Amino acid sequence: MLRLSRLTRVALGGVVLFILFFMYTPLMVLILNSFNESQISGWPIESFSTKWWEFARSYQPIRDALLNSVLVATGAMVIASILGTLVAFAMKGFSFFGKGTVNILIVLPIALPGVVTGVAFSNTYSNFLTPMGFNIGYFGMIVAHSTFCIVMVFNNVFARLRRMNPNLQEASADLGAGLWQTFRLVTFPQFRTSFAAGALLAFALSFDEVVVTIFTAPPGVDTLPLWILKEVGRPNQASVVNVVATVVILLSLIPVYISQRLARAQEDER
Amino acid sequence: MSTKSDFKDSRPISSFFLRKPKVRLISLLSLPMTWIVGVYIVSLFLLLITAFWNVDPFTSRVSPGFNLENFIMVFTVPAYIATSIRTLFIALSVTAICVLLAVPLGIYMAKIAKPWLRNILAVAITLPLWAGYLVKIIAMRLVFTEEGFFNWLMAPLGIRGPGFSIPIVILTLTYLWFPYMALPVYTAIRQIPPNLFDASSDMGAKGFTTVYRVVIPLIVPAIIAGSVFTFSLSLGDYLAARFTGGATQMIGSIIAANINLNPPVAAAYSMIPIAFVVIYLMVARRTGSLERM
Repeated sequence: MLRLSRLTRVALGGVVLFILFFMYTPLMVLILNSFNESQISGWPIESFSTKWWEFARSYQPIRDALLNSVLVATGAMVIASILGTLVAFAMKGFSFFGKGTVNILIVLPIALPGVVTGVAFSNTYSNFLTPMGFNIGYFGMIVAHSTFCIVMVFNNVFARLRRMNPNLQEASADLGAGLWQTFRLVTFPQFRTSFAAGALLAFALSFDEVVVTIFTAPPGVDTLPLWILKEVGRPNQASVVNVVATVVILLSLIPVYISQRLARAQEDER
Repeated sequence: MSTKSDFKDSRPISSFFLRKPKVRLISLLSLPMTWIVGVYIVSLFLLLITAFWNVDPFTSRVSPGFNLENFIMVFTVPAYIATSIRTLFIALSVTAICVLLAVPLGIYMAKIAKPWLRNILAVAITLPLWAGYLVKIIAMRLVFTEEGFFNWLMAPLGIRGPGFSIPIVILTLTYLWFPYMALPVYTAIRQIPPNLFDASSDMGAKGFTTVYRVVIPLIVPAIIAGSVFTFSLSLGDYLAARFTGGATQMIGSIIAANINLNPPVAAAYSMIPIAFVVIYLMVARRTGSLERM
C-alpha cells in the first residue's frame, strides 16, 4: 500500500473537494440562474421564478432551433452509424495495407481543431461548390456533423466486435446461412447494444457541437447551441439563455445515460 | 472444400463474397472511405489550395492563383506571431494545470478512496464531459462576470476576480478539458501493482518519495496521452477566449474572423494549428503513449 501521512491524506482530500467544487459550481450557477426572475443573470439571485422557462416554451426561435438540432443530430447519427459500423467490420475482420491510415482518417475530424474542420467545410461549400452552381445549404451541416461522429460509432462497435467469437459466424455459414442472414440472425444481435450506445453518443456529440456548426449552418438557420451563441453576444445576457443551456445539458446527458446503461447491460449479458 | 461441388450452390452471392475476402473488404470500406476522403480530406486539401489564392479586397471574392503572400503574412505580421505564441502559452498552461490537478486526484481515487467513493468520483469526473461545450463556457462566464459568483464568494476576503482576461481563458479551458487528463491518469495509477508500493516503502521511501520516484515515472505515458487532448483542444479553441477572455485573441479567433473577409489568410493561418497538433502527435507517438488512448 501507498503509505501517506495523515496530513497528506487530508491535503489530497482537500484537492479532490476543490476539483469537484471547480467542476460543478459553474453548472449549478447556470442552472439556478435559469430560474432567476431578473432579466440579467448574476449572483446572488434575488428572486426565483419559472417565468423564463414558460417564456422559452412558447418562444418560436427556440422551438425552431430545437427542431434543427434534433434534425441535424438525427441525420448525423444515422449516417455515422452506417459508416462507423462498416469501418469497424473492415478493421475487425481484415488486416490490410493502410490499416493504420484508415484509423487516422477516422479520428482526424475530431482530432483537428473544430475551427479548422469548420473552415475547411465552409471553404469547400462557399468557394468551390457554390461557384460550381451547387448550393449544399442545410445538408452541408449534416454532412459535417456526420463526419466527426463516425468515430463514436466506430469505437463502440469495434470494441464489441473484437471480443466476439468469430466461430459463430463460420458456424452459421456452415449451416447454410447467407451473409445477410448470418448478419441479421447471428452477428447483429451480438453487437446491437454497442451499436445503439455508439449511435446515442453520436447524437449527443452532434447535439452539443457548435464550432463546426458556426461555419456550416446556412444563413438564418440556428441550432440550439448556435442560438445560445448569438444571444450571449448581446450586452444584457437574458436569463432565457440559461434555460436553453439547461435544456442542452439535459438533452446531452439523457443519451449518454442511456448509452451507459446499455453498455452495462451488455457487460451483464456476457 | 473439394466436396463443395457436390452441393447445389443455393446462395451464389454469399458464396462469392465468402470466397473473396478482398471483395468483401473493398465493399465494406468503399462507402466510408469515399465519405471521409471525398468529403473531409478533399476539403482540407482545398483549404490548403485556397491559402495560395488571391482575394479581391473590395468584394472579398476569391480567385485562383499562386500567391505566397498569405503565408508570408502569417509568419511576419507581428499581431499574428504574437497570437500564435499566446495561444501556445495558453494551451501549455492548461495542460500543466490539468496535470497538477489530475495526479493528486488520481492518487486519491486509486489509493485512498474506498471503492464506493471511487466509483462516485469516476462518474463525477466523467459526467461534465457531456454537459455541453458552449454551456460550460457560458457557465464560466456567469461565474467570473463582474456581478458573478466568484466576486460574490471572494467579497468577504476583499478579493476581486481579474475580469475577463487570459487567466480566465486558461481556467475555462482547464474546466472544459480536465476530464480528458484526469481519466487516463487515474486509470494508470490504478494499474500500478500494489507490491511496487510495498517494495518502495520496504526500502525506506516515504510517501512523497514513492510518488515522485515510482508513481510519476510510471504514469508519464498516461499524462502524455491526456495532454494530447488538453493541448490540441485548447490550441484550436476560440469561443472560450471570445466569451471569457475579453479582448484576448487566439489562433482560432483570427481564422474565424477572416473566413468570410479573407478566406486565403484564414486558410493559411489554419495550417499553424494543424502543424502544432501534428508535431505534438508525432512527439507523443515517439514516446509510445498513443497506444494507450
